[in-house]
Amino acid sequence: MLQGLSELLAEYDVLAAFWMTIKLTVAAAIGALVLGTIVAIMRVSPVAVFRAAGTAYVTLVRNTPLTLIVFFCAFGFYITLQYRIGAQNSPIDIQNFRWGVLGLAIYHAAFVAEALRSGINTVPQGQAEAARAIGLDFTATLSKVVLPQAFRGAIAPLGNVLIALTKNTTVVATIGVAEASYLMKGMIEFRPDLIYIIFGIMAAGFVILTLPLGILFTSLSRRLAVKR
Amino acid sequence: MTAETSVLFDAPGPKARTRHLIIAVVGSLGILALLFLLVRALAAKGQFTAEKWSPFIDPVTWTSYLLPGLQATLVAAFFSIILAIICGILLGMGRLSQLKPVRVACGAFVEFFRSVPVLMMMLFAYYLFLFGFQISGEALPLLGVVAGLTFYNSSVIAELIRAGVGSLPNGQREAGLAIGLTPFATLRLVLLPQAITLMLPSIVSQLVVVLKDSALGFLILYPELVRSGQTLASLKGNLIPTFIVIAAIFIIINYLLSRLAQYVERRLQARKRGPKQPHLDTTMISPSLAPGGALAVPGQT
Repeated sequence: MLQGLSELLAEYDVLAAFWMTIKLTVAAAIGALVLGTIVAIMRVSPVAVFRAAGTAYVTLVRNTPLTLIVFFCAFGFYITLQYRIGAQNSPIDIQNFRWGVLGLAIYHAAFVAEALRSGINTVPQGQAEAARAIGLDFTATLSKVVLPQAFRGAIAPLGNVLIALTKNTTVVATIGVAEASYLMKGMIEFRPDLIYIIFGIMAAGFVILTLPLGILFTSLSRRLAVKR
Repeated sequence: MTAETSVLFDAPGPKARTRHLIIAVVGSLGILALLFLLVRALAAKGQFTAEKWSPFIDPVTWTSYLLPGLQATLVAAFFSIILAIICGILLGMGRLSQLKPVRVACGAFVEFFRSVPVLMMMLFAYYLFLFGFQISGEALPLLGVVAGLTFYNSSVIAELIRAGVGSLPNGQREAGLAIGLTPFATLRLVLLPQAITLMLPSIVSQLVVVLKDSALGFLILYPELVRSGQTLASLKGNLIPTFIVIAAIFIIINYLLSRLAQYVERRLQARKRGPKQPHLDTTMISPSLAPGGALAVPGQT
């Protein structure tokens, strides 16, 4: 068993695959946070059109499989329509990576928006009322008073989104990005006799990635929670 | 709009109403412009020609590709959710067991399978059946999909059950013990039926997650909706229209399921039984997002 393990680690670059998983996670998390915050603000805005657009985004994206969204980006926009992100001459694996990140960001933005909205709901009404009472308008109420508290109240659900995102990066294996589950498929196909060890390594990799995240966000949400 | 959002701004006066109107017009124009750009880009690449869309009027498209694909998706989701509910209840009971070894084993199982991506479990199950059990043929991809989804979702449902039992008033357990039931009988006859009822909306929402995740079966060649759609698209050369139609099918089904979950939740609340249930939004969880982390937090992903 130890021999099988060392053979596998010598033959396959497991660390590189998990490095790709981490890169996908970080890039998509930034995109999802930005997009999700915009959608969350739209959902609480005084203008009905924005509220409707925000709700439509969340409803549509949440109910579509991530696989389909990623395919839409990679096979639809990139392969079929020949759109490229960034440099026109960048190689296909870079393009697949970027479109994969975009798909992940679009999908998880809906969940970020929901997490933030639940965070906004933890802010007592008195906070917004007090902000309005001292003459702040909607933008100032939201950006100076409500959102800073909402982000702190939303840390636990945002952490859950990040953990889910980490696991969901495996979906871009379907468009050939060489991350962990893509490598796992290749490894099992070449060494089916070592299937248990291979699954063990890869599963352990995700436990190592997600477990500290869970602990970190739980402790952050406790420490940063607004004391009421 | 709801009370918690409306408190962010005053009831608009005449000036604010004018301003909102202007913002609304500008905003809608902006949103429409974005949509227009998207549609124009698609149209410029010839995605709205009759030739690309006419396959969807042809009954053969539906009877040979989309409906069988939808059926495969529903079959996988059906078996997975049934098995996941059964295993999830057993695991949830195990986590609440009086016996420490059972509790620890079930806890480790649940935590492990919640932190491993569904796709990896599907791949593992698929190749295990293929190489380990020498299973091949048509049943193999279905087995892989169902096994992967069951592992993952039974851990989620086990956590739902645990959260449901935890949210019951302590008097329920004490009353069960007081009339002489064993702890196990109290769990089985008193706590579990109430917990399952409480968690029913979350379990229905979990079905949305299962349906979405079944699309991962694409990678192990399960002929679910996305894969059969891709087969159709490569035949007709209309990938984008096909994906739009498939997305619409998923959105309609999942939207109806979410509404069903809301309806069940309202019905249960109307019964005013027990504490207000912690509705765990499991739709956020799957690789759909399903969360790691504390399930005690609503909106887990």
